[in-house]
Amino acid sequence: MKLGLALRELHRSEKSLAKDLLKVSDRHKAEHEIHHVARNLAAWSADHIRGLATAARRYDVELDADVPESSGPLASIRTAISALSSSRPEPGLLLLADLRRLHRKAAGVSLDWELLAQGAQAAKDTELVELTRRCHPQTLRQMKWTNAMLKTLSPQIIAS
Amino acid sequence: MGVRDGIGTPWGTRTPYGPGQRWPVRVDSHLADGVAPDEVDTWVRTAAVLHSNGDGMDLAVKDGRLVGVRGRADDRVNHGRLDPKDLFGWQANNSPDRLTTPLVRDGQGELVESTWDEAMGRIVERSKALLDDQGPSALGFYTSGQLFAEEYYTLAAIAHGAIGTNHVDGNTRLCTATAAEALKESFGCDGQPASYSDVDHADVIALFGHNAAETQAVLWSRVLDRLAGPNPPALLCVDPRDTMVARAAAIHLAPLPGTNMALMNGLLHEIIEHDWVDHDYITQHTVGYEELVQQVTDYPPERVAPICGVPAGQIRDAARLLGQAQRLLCTVLQGFYQSHQATAAAVQVNNLNLIRGMLGKPGAGVLQMNGQPTAQNTRECGADGDLTGFRNWANDAHVAELARLWNIEQGQIPHYAPPTHVMQMLRYAENGTMRLLWVSATNPAVSLPELTRVRSILGQDRLFLVVQDAFRTETAELADVILPAAIWGEKTGTFTNADRTVHLSEKAVDPPGQARSDLDIWLDYARRMDFRDKDGEQFPPWSEPESAFEAWKKASEGRPCDYSGLSYDKLRAVSGVQWPCNADNPDGTERLYANGKFYAQPDYCESYGRDLITGAPLEPTEYRAMNPDGKAIIKAAEYLPPNETATDDFPFMLITGRTIYHFHTRTKTGRAPQLHHAAPEVWVEISAADAEHLGIAEGDLTQVRTPRGQVHARARICGIRERVLFLPFHYGYWDTEDPAGRDGHRAANELTLTDWDPASKQPLFKTAAAAVTRLTAGDGPSPAPTTTASAPIGTDVPDTQGDATTQVTERNADPAGAAR
Repeated sequence: MKLGLALRELHRSEKSLAKDLLKVSDRHKAEHEIHHVARNLAAWSADHIRGLATAARRYDVELDADVPESSGPLASIRTAISALSSSRPEPGLLLLADLRRLHRKAAGVSLDWELLAQGAQAAKDTELVELTRRCHPQTLRQMKWTNAMLKTLSPQIIAS
Repeated sequence: MGVRDGIGTPWGTRTPYGPGQRWPVRVDSHLADGVAPDEVDTWVRTAAVLHSNGDGMDLAVKDGRLVGVRGRADDRVNHGRLDPKDLFGWQANNSPDRLTTPLVRDGQGELVESTWDEAMGRIVERSKALLDDQGPSALGFYTSGQLFAEEYYTLAAIAHGAIGTNHVDGNTRLCTATAAEALKESFGCDGQPASYSDVDHADVIALFGHNAAETQAVLWSRVLDRLAGPNPPALLCVDPRDTMVARAAAIHLAPLPGTNMALMNGLLHEIIEHDWVDHDYITQHTVGYEELVQQVTDYPPERVAPICGVPAGQIRDAARLLGQAQRLLCTVLQGFYQSHQATAAAVQVNNLNLIRGMLGKPGAGVLQMNGQPTAQNTRECGADGDLTGFRNWANDAHVAELARLWNIEQGQIPHYAPPTHVMQMLRYAENGTMRLLWVSATNPAVSLPELTRVRSILGQDRLFLVVQDAFRTETAELADVILPAAIWGEKTGTFTNADRTVHLSEKAVDPPGQARSDLDIWLDYARRMDFRDKDGEQFPPWSEPESAFEAWKKASEGRPCDYSGLSYDKLRAVSGVQWPCNADNPDGTERLYANGKFYAQPDYCESYGRDLITGAPLEPTEYRAMNPDGKAIIKAAEYLPPNETATDDFPFMLITGRTIYHFHTRTKTGRAPQLHHAAPEVWVEISAADAEHLGIAEGDLTQVRTPRGQVHARARICGIRERVLFLPFHYGYWDTEDPAGRDGHRAANELTLTDWDPASKQPLFKTAAAAVTRLTAGDGPSPAPTTTASAPIGTDVPDTQGDATTQVTERNADPAGAAR
């Protein structure tokens, strides 16, 4: 039974995604939609992390339910840099790179949910299946969002 | 025949009527002092342009000047009635400070009088240089909700077709973007489902964040007349302010700003729990119901009550009223559209009517309202960035159709991403990648959020700012080129109100000085730029209003907003026709979606929709899989707390809004003496409990603060919800000593935050954390009107009333005898 392993791996990747969403939010404070929506999406990941921590107990796996509430000690520096460079075009390319990275990270999380869901079904753990049903669609929406923002913002950044 | 004070009694004398009866006619008229009705040279047909109601009216002309107005008895919208802005707002046309010549910046940076050749030459030179250097992405257009369909269509053709920029939006983004988006989400397409005449039939009317008494005063008169008649409807009001609507309502819910989504989920929870649901309608005509059932399970009234600050019992009572209505009419406006989770919450109102099967029948429907008079045309014609004629930018066949219509290459029309909304355009101007912005008939330096930021962006040297307006607005003060525009009454064209009623507005008088219509200005630009179609013919090919209208008719043919059955002649014969008007519906269409037929088929729909939380557009394949048969779409969403919530330092929630006496930034209404005197200066509304706690008395000067800035306003102690402040957004700086407002403390938008709904991209004006403190004692009551939502609690405040110049004649008559 390797469900514990799958839970641990997903917990790690969700946590990393949550932190990156907050980081991108701070780093692009001047891009208001990115700033606000990324925080809402980080809250989804935080919710997933709590759900995983609860589920893991049944498999004797100790996962912390703590969720990142800020992007770390550099948060205020990130937002200050964003504010200072708001009149320059250069952060545009950084934003595209960040969205691309977020998308790939969310894709990894999505695959982890896929694995967990498959394993939970095989193990007939209905509670865990229910958790994946609730959370995985939100991961897919995180992916669609990064893709959509990339699609919407890139023409101006690249053509200017 | 009677006479009323048009300021002190904004809704006039009651003409009661019962359900299913025809709303009686009451013709309101007002002429300038000293002008008798028999001295009027001509009466010229038009409709109201200072709100979205579309009241049909005639302009009185004497010696080549406007001298008054009269409601049209035969008009389907107002049956003769006029509101205060209709009655007095026309005087702005005659204002001595109209712009009469173009202005350009001289070598010292001062705005100086110029010629059309010089001004247009500068715009053309800069446009060509930017197109050479960067391409279409360097140019943006920000227009209005006050121009005519012919003008918006021309702008859309030039921006999307000739130039090929994706940066086109209207100030409708601030007022009706969420109406459009909510309709697209639920019905696959923009287009108002219901009709004002549904007020005649409804037994329950629910107004969600819609202060109809002030935003659509004549429609409110219609409701008041129902309330005064036999078997009146019951009203539900959702609004944190004690509006006239709230006072007339059977149930008034006053949720904390930013919590509409929780409230709607709570109401839907109760309706589903009690099975006040039309299951046949849901099965036959909708998709997505199960998702809604699942979502609202988490929102019992006990959970919602503490979020919204509304007692659970009230939520239950409201749900029962909605759930047991036989003919339910729901209306929605800024209380939802400009608040947190705007689209998600507005969509839940659509869901309410869908699951109750209350659509497309007399008295049963949804009115997702508009704020501005011609907002509907901004949306239809594509001047809000959408593709002309409710075409779908993500559907290549629709783009190809438009390219054929314009006889240009398909790749010329930008359709690689959603259109750029104004807040994003501002961001592109901020980071220097959009370098020319052409603003027409609107005033972003007062109306957009976070004004310090807006002024710093619009005032940049590297941004070439063109302002096309009738007056020297706060935005014009920042311009590189100012173009003087002719306005309503000085040009001919059509426009469409919030219930799809199309009116013709004819030229009554000549514009002042060298002012030209927006249509003429844009066509002149197109000729000077030498835009050509695929065959080398000049583009756009039309040259004056009627040929532009004929071209627009062709563009709309076969689309939901079908104008093909209309003509100027027909609109001269009938006062107000509702689209679609075509061969099948030669007299127009009162209600959309009768028999549960929608415009939502994957190949036909205007939009594939968006994720209500993230705003990400759905891919065509996703939509096709979800809704292959083009049914209505029930979309659910969870409640999220607002992005800015009250704190110890900023313990209030600030909302901004309108008063009945003013429109937008007072550019016109501030120049009509009667309207100006009724509401001459900014005020702040505060509850009695909060005022007492802070030692604030009626009329005291206060400072309202947010992290963005401060506003000085005199306090009106009124029935607003505790811990909520209200500021009217109309007041800017053109009539102060600092007309550009560089250090201003008057405009409400000094305080608002830069944040918008991810789905509709509408900025949030009703979710900011704020603080208020007393500065000095007042020398009398606050200048706020007493007739409306700002009515004082104290009785020692003198009533808002007019004088000898505000007399309005009321004449009751049936349409046949109403003639004149």
